[in-house]
Amino acid sequence: MKRRDFLRNTALASGAFLIPAFLKPLEALANGQLSGYKNLVVIQLSGGNDGLNTIIPYGNDIYYQKRKTIAINQTDIIKLNDMQGLNPSLSALKEIFDQGWMSIINSVGYPNPDRSHFRSMDIWQTASDSNQFLTTGWIGRYLDSNCQTCKNPYTAIEVDDTLSLAMKGTAMKGIAVQDPNKLYQATREPFFKDLLHDCGSDHLNEDNLGYLYKTMIETYSSADYIQKTSKTYNVSAEYPPTPLGNQLKTVSKFINSGLQTRVYYVSLSGFDTHVGQQNQQGRQLKIYGDAVAAFVKDLKQTGKLEDTLVMTFSEFGRRVEQNASNGTDHGTANNVFIFGGRLKKAGIFNDAPDLTQLDNGDLKYKIDFREVYATLLDKWLDVNNSQILNKSFNGLGFV
Amino acid sequence: MDNFKQIKHLYARAGFGLRFEDRKVNEHFSVKKAVKDLFKTSDVNDPISTVQGNTDYNAIMKGDVLARKQFLQEQRQQEKDLNLAWIQKMSATEAQLREKMTLFWHNHFACRSREALFAQQLNNIQRTHALGNFRDLVLEVSKSPAMLQILNNQQNHKGHPNENFARELMELFTIGRGNYTEKDVKESARAFTGWGFNKDGEFLVRPFLHDGDQKTFLGKTGNFAGEDIINTLLEQKQTAYFISNKLYKYLVNEIPDPLHVNAMADVFYKSNYEIKPLLEYVFTSDWFYEDKNTGNIVKSPVELIVGLNRQFYITYQRPDVLLEFQRTLGQILFYPPNVAGWPGGRNWIDSSSLMYRLKIPSMVLNGGLIDFAGKADPEDEAYLATVRNRQTLVNTKVQAQPDWPKFLGDIPKNLSNTAIAQFILEPTLGKAMQNTVDHSTNIKTLVIEIVSTPEYQLC
Repeated sequence: MKRRDFLRNTALASGAFLIPAFLKPLEALANGQLSGYKNLVVIQLSGGNDGLNTIIPYGNDIYYQKRKTIAINQTDIIKLNDMQGLNPSLSALKEIFDQGWMSIINSVGYPNPDRSHFRSMDIWQTASDSNQFLTTGWIGRYLDSNCQTCKNPYTAIEVDDTLSLAMKGTAMKGIAVQDPNKLYQATREPFFKDLLHDCGSDHLNEDNLGYLYKTMIETYSSADYIQKTSKTYNVSAEYPPTPLGNQLKTVSKFINSGLQTRVYYVSLSGFDTHVGQQNQQGRQLKIYGDAVAAFVKDLKQTGKLEDTLVMTFSEFGRRVEQNASNGTDHGTANNVFIFGGRLKKAGIFNDAPDLTQLDNGDLKYKIDFREVYATLLDKWLDVNNSQILNKSFNGLGFV
Repeated sequence: MDNFKQIKHLYARAGFGLRFEDRKVNEHFSVKKAVKDLFKTSDVNDPISTVQGNTDYNAIMKGDVLARKQFLQEQRQQEKDLNLAWIQKMSATEAQLREKMTLFWHNHFACRSREALFAQQLNNIQRTHALGNFRDLVLEVSKSPAMLQILNNQQNHKGHPNENFARELMELFTIGRGNYTEKDVKESARAFTGWGFNKDGEFLVRPFLHDGDQKTFLGKTGNFAGEDIINTLLEQKQTAYFISNKLYKYLVNEIPDPLHVNAMADVFYKSNYEIKPLLEYVFTSDWFYEDKNTGNIVKSPVELIVGLNRQFYITYQRPDVLLEFQRTLGQILFYPPNVAGWPGGRNWIDSSSLMYRLKIPSMVLNGGLIDFAGKADPEDEAYLATVRNRQTLVNTKVQAQPDWPKFLGDIPKNLSNTAIAQFILEPTLGKAMQNTVDHSTNIKTLVIEIVSTPEYQLC
């Protein structure tokens, strides 16, 4: 009988505990610890987004020569300066860019690039060298660093059903929460609860069984904390009705309710555009641009943009020259986007990619992606980057 | 530890767990007899032959959208078929030691191949030599199209050596990091120049691409070919140690005991890399049955699923659900995260994966709904990009059918609730488990509760 409840309950989970929005700021402010509490939101674009058709180097003729059928028409491009412009599907980001809330870092990559999706994604998520295999992710190692604000699993939340390698450390791991109510219900199912209630302290050893029980207990209390805290805030801003829109809306709910989370992680897939790229990529970019614009504007409205930094990356860019199927093949360096209300250097951060000095048809990277991570770690998450990246990086001046 | 507990432990580690059905047979076996029996039932080498041929690359070369989409669909279907064929083989086979070791080599020689036929071929090589000779295994793996392809040996040419394969051969497959120099990598890469395969997936040495000059490798100089490099690596006792250490972590304890591993390496080296004597040595050593080496290894997702399938004789009306479980729990067969394989141990466990692990057994045994979706693998992106509506299916029915009559029928009549729990679980029962067990009146409910615990995650 318990079993049946166990199953039915989860399927019925719903957002039943919404509290009127006007109550929330009081509660949030009462929390005291909130001022200056900085958040990082990582958005992963999976599949290798074609950066050259995202931030288009329209001022360079080579772009049009190499991409005869998939280049974006000059007239359609949303120009940012006399060299680069936005793909028209990212029109929603123009306003964000103009407000000084967006920074575009060109030619980000790493030495000896790997063109396999899984390997390159692994490298980005673990922040390893290209010939090194790490079993922990960079955000996971941030949690491991035992900094002041990273003691709980909910310090890093992935808005998803499963947890990415980026979020897994040796001792600490983040938590995956697609829906706080659903997670809460799942941990309150009778059998789960009974086990924890009865387990006492005899299971909390250093062995693997102890580790499993400890994880269960942390999940149990994190689920409670996340659900109770986040239900105090109701997002009133409009978000596009896409999965990414919903995920960012959830992040907004978490941030605005005062959740003591430092890092949020969300992903959007579908960028591996070998064939018929224009439509496919356009569709995905629109989902991305519309959701991010809504998110940034929402945070501006609630006064949280100053405390939030958003970083978007993809595991690699595409080759400069298009292929025969109106698509592009796996490449190397790519652009990274940063959004936030306190950018030191907004706009286009560095020179547009060099389309003449290529490495076997691929862009040469100018900035190691770990320089970007180092900046985030040092200047935003207040930890020493060398501790987490296993060597020291100077960082960049975007924040 | 009593004899029966030892046998149960042996099956938990050398196979995918003891069933009540097996208990009837080997309850009174000595450990020695049980080990012998394990090898005997694994004498059979039954390869997987689900994938008949590679998908037609010509279609994709033509470059039209429809052909490409169809190609990707076929490719995915083949990968799916192969994955399920293996899961089902592990779930039903009597040769469980062979499959368990195939799974070990699958992770040791971790390789992704988009050609399902090549992936199947590599899997069969690992199965054939799973209990045979490690030298033969390394050699066959090195010559397999899947490995030649993934580690770029196809592009390893005289004058333009590609070091990828040579490096991984040393770092991951044989002697391990720190036991060779960069110079050794460069020199050995030259020995493998020209190794490749033809369009039918047959190994060949292309003499015009092979560098026939002298090489100096690990202190020896000669006109080495690939075989010589492998032989030289196996002459180093470090290779026997490296493999023993990894095997110890798989079969005995995640924290290796150097004394035991050394003893294993001795056996392995002396037997000229025969795998069977090494395993026999482990399974008949007293330390293998020590308390600290029981009930403390985190089952991999595949071991968890297979163990459940075996124990309850589950048939899936919609076998795709087995792939969904693998995706959600973080281990898709034939899709290791990188050439170093799945890290295993506590890496399998995080808040969400543990919750699903606790939930999946009851979903399977009690006809539940799946209301979660795992992330797509990065390699699926090309396919996903072609699909307009890529909302992953959630709220699908598991549609699995355990054979309850068989399972319940094999439980001895007089067995107490506690004894049933002790049989299904490897760790000792704690207070929480004991409480659950004591309060249970219905045996089916009891069993479902037993397999929905943290204890069940361990073997």
